[in-house]
Amino acid sequence: MSGLLKFITCGSVDDGKSTLIGHILYDSKLLYADQEKALLLDSKVGSRGGEIDYSLLLDGLMAEREQGITIDVAYRYFTTERRSFIVADTPGHEEYTRNMAVGASFANLAVILVDAKQGVLVQTRRHSRICALMGIHHFVFAVNKMDLADYKEERFNEIKKEILTLSEELSLKNIKIIPVSATEGDNVTKRSDRMDWYQDETLMEHLETVDITESENLDDFYLPVQRVCRPNHEFRGFQGQIESGKVKTGQKLYSLPGSESARVERILVGDKEVSEASYGQAVTIQLDREVDVSRGCVLTDNESLPIGKNIKASLLWMDDEPLSAAKNYLIKLGTKRLPAIIKKIEYKVDVNTGEHIKTDRGVKNEILFCEIECSENIVADLFKNHKTLGELILIDRLSHMTSACGVVEHVEGQRKKPYFEKDSIWAEGYIFEEFYFNLEHAFLSKPNSADTTYHVGDAVPIKGDSFHYPEYFDIIDVERSAAILIRGAFIKDIISLTEYEYSGLPVLDERGFALLVTSEKDVDRFFKEYKLLEKDNKVAFVNRWSRFETYRSVVCNDNYWMI
Amino acid sequence: MSRLSHLDELEAEAIYIIREVAAECEKPVMLYSIGKDSSVMLRLAMKAFYPEKPPFPFLHVNTTWKFKEMIEFRDKTAKELGIEMLEYINEEGVNNGINPFDHGSSYTDIMKTQALKQALNKYGFTAAFGGGRRDEEKSRAKERIFSFRNASHAWDPKNQRPEMWKLYNTEINKGESIRVFPISNWTETDIWQYIKQEEIPIVPLYFAAERPVVERDGNLIMVDDDRMRLEPGEIPQLKPVRFRTLGCYPLSGGVLSQASTLDEIIEETLSSVESERTSRVIDKDGGGASMEKRKREGYF
Repeated sequence: MSGLLKFITCGSVDDGKSTLIGHILYDSKLLYADQEKALLLDSKVGSRGGEIDYSLLLDGLMAEREQGITIDVAYRYFTTERRSFIVADTPGHEEYTRNMAVGASFANLAVILVDAKQGVLVQTRRHSRICALMGIHHFVFAVNKMDLADYKEERFNEIKKEILTLSEELSLKNIKIIPVSATEGDNVTKRSDRMDWYQDETLMEHLETVDITESENLDDFYLPVQRVCRPNHEFRGFQGQIESGKVKTGQKLYSLPGSESARVERILVGDKEVSEASYGQAVTIQLDREVDVSRGCVLTDNESLPIGKNIKASLLWMDDEPLSAAKNYLIKLGTKRLPAIIKKIEYKVDVNTGEHIKTDRGVKNEILFCEIECSENIVADLFKNHKTLGELILIDRLSHMTSACGVVEHVEGQRKKPYFEKDSIWAEGYIFEEFYFNLEHAFLSKPNSADTTYHVGDAVPIKGDSFHYPEYFDIIDVERSAAILIRGAFIKDIISLTEYEYSGLPVLDERGFALLVTSEKDVDRFFKEYKLLEKDNKVAFVNRWSRFETYRSVVCNDNYWMI
Repeated sequence: MSRLSHLDELEAEAIYIIREVAAECEKPVMLYSIGKDSSVMLRLAMKAFYPEKPPFPFLHVNTTWKFKEMIEFRDKTAKELGIEMLEYINEEGVNNGINPFDHGSSYTDIMKTQALKQALNKYGFTAAFGGGRRDEEKSRAKERIFSFRNASHAWDPKNQRPEMWKLYNTEINKGESIRVFPISNWTETDIWQYIKQEEIPIVPLYFAAERPVVERDGNLIMVDDDRMRLEPGEIPQLKPVRFRTLGCYPLSGGVLSQASTLDEIIEETLSSVESERTSRVIDKDGGGASMEKRKREGYF
């Protein structure tokens, strides 16, 4: 059993989403007898002239059946011998995009349907973009209605090309393209003998076996506090769900956005006392001393989680009321809820081309990049770093509508200024800082970091007292998932690691240590090992992959007070 | 990285939801129908706040036609756990002699839907937990976990608030309320497996035993007290039956079964060819969309 898979189906109107899911349920004998009977009865009066209309299994609202469309997300639950599934069938109409986004926020994988007759449409692009925005990492493009395209391989290949272009544009990873017919059942659960040219997995085979284990940064522990539990004067516990990492009794935790720390005295999972708890569990934590912790605080072992008032986020506008800058909203992020204003709309994203368009207003279903100012400091982080601290909704204070959802792409007023920065990409480090050997106390140390942030176009000091770098090299900050390209002692670009390609030039880490990589393969292996890294063997990993002494040297200094 | 089991994941999700409501909503209540789903909900609430007791009362809307064993079980459970259990009966309905034999679907409306609305208004509850699951029925499959109700308790399925990640919007105006379904994503099998894993006590009616029943329109109806109206020629017979869902006894169809242990029940559930709602007589009134209609009018 590969565990639970939550997936959505999306795509344009009439691409056959509900029919596809209906067919899976029907084929897999996952219907109860009474449901099957109702389906056959309903189909008789339906639009398919007496043939089974599988979509009727999903479209459960009266208005949906009347109009023959899907308005809201339907959730279905089924289990095969290999896996349990929850599928959210989402509406294709642009009008109901926000309901589609609801499904996307819930899923690990998206099945995007593409009509073989029509190819990739604007709505296909919109949905793919929203899925990517909401953090889905696995995509299946089901090229549907192959029966109406005479099961022709040429047609499939044309559409496959369009899909590959789209997925490149959106930097989608883990994509799979499968030719199917949802009404006829080709390549849905059974391999089609009408498409001999396709020898790969059927849709169901893929869904049953795809590995969705996230290799996200699960290192640090954090828990947004939901409530303080105070049954009596002796007990004060903090309740919430662990969003990443582990917590053990005795461990030191910080309560952010304050600066106090304390050690873990007791951990309860439900009503059972444990010595250790980890990612996903709902816990109650008791600390060994009184610290200021209330709902909305974050308990963490990572003192340097970003804290700020000003964030930049990509929003999906979901309200019929247009977005107006300077209007007051409630923001909900983690377990914190507080007033906020949208200070500025930097641009909107054209769903079709991805182009950034200057604008000062936003309307329903648009993706907007905005600057938001909260009424007080909150703990927030980039969506890609700490998912739960990077998700937000905005609530209209009058209508109480959930006006927008969004993901954090930048937090201003982070405690540490980044060392390198370009838009939402940033890296840490001290590559251009000196190390000195302190003769008095016999240790190697670095004076306090200069308060500098390097940007694209800046010159960098490639030679200092204790380091000497080449003029052309790459810096990889694997923790922050960023790469900096140094060309002729200038910063040529700062890019996300997902876009990094090994150039043959020397590669260093953000500390100025040489990385032992000399080929693309090495780089891939390095990334892979990092992703599998457990907190405890980080030192071994650094020792295995990097060398201090390649570009740095030990210079003695007796001026110990400056250290 | 050890992943949580399927059940642990569902449990953690439900506890998160229950805690959010307690933290953000002004006056919550947990509806308690004495059934298996309610038993699971009650256990989740006990766990969510431990060592504190749930910071809200429980409410049982009593139609006065529940199985005797259900009421005994309710009172015993509340006493043992030390929780506040409210009971609400639509007295006007009782005085007018509303009963399941003569009044059909208006019985359900008056004694359940109207009674529930009256109870919520009486106490001024702003959020009510229910044990609805999305796998039960097609319109439930479409409902949000936090389901908004206007001042007359109506659900507007065409205009539900978006619900993203686990960022629940609990803002309401005076008079409005929210229904919250923490076990939306559980299936019937999950419920049984959780009951087993946690050793949760449930009403004995779920286990097969010899019970006096009559067969009516293909349903086995238990003769629970002398208010049961027998049709001419109907003679109660002892048969080995159990119930997949519990409600008002004249409206709950039992199934012939030998399943007297949890394992046997789980086994039967997994191999069942009928969905659990077929044994609920009320669902069949009004065709496929009857649940949605009742929900629009304020039913859970």
